[in-house]
Amino acid sequence: MKILVTAKRVTDPDVKIKVKPDGSGIATEGIDYKVNPFDEIAIEEAIRIKEKNKAEVVVVSVGSKEATKEIRSGLAMGGDRGILVLTDDPLDANAVSKVLKALVEKENPDLVLMGKQAVDGDNNQTGQMLAEILDWPQACFASVVELVDDSKAKVTREVDGGFDHVELDLPAVITADLRLNEPRYASLPGIMKAKRKKIEEIELSSMGLDTSPKVVWHKFGTPAERQAGEIVADVPTLVAKLRDEAKVI
Amino acid sequence: MGNALIVAEYKGDALKKVTRAAFTFAKEYTTKQGGEFHILVLGHNLGAVVDECMSYGAAKVHVADNESLANYLAESYAQVVAQVAKDSGAEVVGATASAMTKDLMPRVAAKLDAGMASDIIGISDEGYFDRPVWAGNAIVSAEITSPVKVVTVRGTDFEPAPKGDAGGEKVEVTVSVDLGSLKKRFEQFEEVKSDRPELTEASIIVTGGRGTKGDEGFKLVEGLADLLGAAVGATRAAVDAGWVPNDLQVGQTGKVVAPDLYVAAGVSGAIQHLAGMKGSKTIVAINKDEEAPIFQVADYGLVADLFKALPEMVEEVKKAKG
Repeated sequence: MKILVTAKRVTDPDVKIKVKPDGSGIATEGIDYKVNPFDEIAIEEAIRIKEKNKAEVVVVSVGSKEATKEIRSGLAMGGDRGILVLTDDPLDANAVSKVLKALVEKENPDLVLMGKQAVDGDNNQTGQMLAEILDWPQACFASVVELVDDSKAKVTREVDGGFDHVELDLPAVITADLRLNEPRYASLPGIMKAKRKKIEEIELSSMGLDTSPKVVWHKFGTPAERQAGEIVADVPTLVAKLRDEAKVI
Repeated sequence: MGNALIVAEYKGDALKKVTRAAFTFAKEYTTKQGGEFHILVLGHNLGAVVDECMSYGAAKVHVADNESLANYLAESYAQVVAQVAKDSGAEVVGATASAMTKDLMPRVAAKLDAGMASDIIGISDEGYFDRPVWAGNAIVSAEITSPVKVVTVRGTDFEPAPKGDAGGEKVEVTVSVDLGSLKKRFEQFEEVKSDRPELTEASIIVTGGRGTKGDEGFKLVEGLADLLGAAVGATRAAVDAGWVPNDLQVGQTGKVVAPDLYVAAGVSGAIQHLAGMKGSKTIVAINKDEEAPIFQVADYGLVADLFKALPEMVEEVKKAKG
């Protein structure tokens, strides 16, 4: 089987982002980039399926030339080859889903695995949109994925108040949530091997797609900061304050 | 001039309280931009929920009651939502952000080839949507340029709509979903039975982080929560470690909450966690590391080991409650 898995290049989630003083965007000077953490979980899942069932894992990204690094990270974890769709334009989820659809039509995978959301735009949209425009079934926020005869997938989704169990016919789109797995660290031999793995580059402009934005970001602002309160001496003081001052218990 | 159509979410016979935040959004949007406020409710044997939908002042309540909608599937529900959006002249299709609507609404947007804004917290005068990005470290003003716009609404940033005048028109939706064509089958919903309130509905939340170190610490968190009639929350680290299920995660990538009282025990205060709870009215932080960033957002901080402080707090609260 063949699995397409995404590796979006995002700003390091452990770094506190600042808004540019003129509100035109995020201040990115000196900021590191990484694979979107939810995509990392998706890549790990793809590799686990490959180790169990034999599969080819194709790691894809859409963005600038720099996103080669994020694809290489996926290849170092165990992906087989990469595809980078090159563009410097910021694309919205609608546009990215159309790019991914074109890649699906080119590669004919049995499964597309993605993170449930990227930690920059925090949209949580692209997987669902891709499934719809392919007319494929979707299983979002997956915490367990089990393949049945390479033709079906049983997925557990963690939702409000419990676990939703569904069965999908492949091909399908599955998006990863936190508890699906714990991504491995790439081994040194893995990193060495990844350097020789092939990454195909496709210019977005050559794909003949309408990726004009349906969502345009205008001004960025900073959320209202909360003020730190007081440090209390002990538990009895705390409880007294909650009762008499804040009046919440 | 288009209408605002809200997909209602319910549990059992009653609307979820958070769903009423989207009603408020729709009223605000139509006041600013014109058009009517409509509600769509989907499922099977809906009964009392429909009557409840009729009491929030919507011009129309669309009712899609059909056996094929008895179990939620994004594929079938999206068909019906998109169809009603078209038939009702919707310019905005919205819902309060939840596990269900985060799954559903992007699929609806794709069906309508519409732009979508997730988790919006406000509407500007130009009709742009304010929404948090980068784990809530920035707020962006997003313009949706497509004729139809899809949004999910952050439940903590719009007041739950009060009951208003009954009236409005009930519209029965003709549902023609072929379950066999969906390539997906609902197998079962495994409910996690709990006497505690749901996170997004609770007025008090007690959250455990990495400092709970697992089961033993979480028992203490649960003990205090039960005494306060509170929901239990968790940080991403605690969920990552496998100590508690994902649906308890508070944060930008989990649930966004704003209760009256939020008690964070053994929580360091990672950026993405703060994004999910800093709208709470009163925040209490208990952490043995006085440098923990959580103290910067806490109204009351206690530098202490939670394994000592939580049992002591249980005793003190019992005393305080008499």
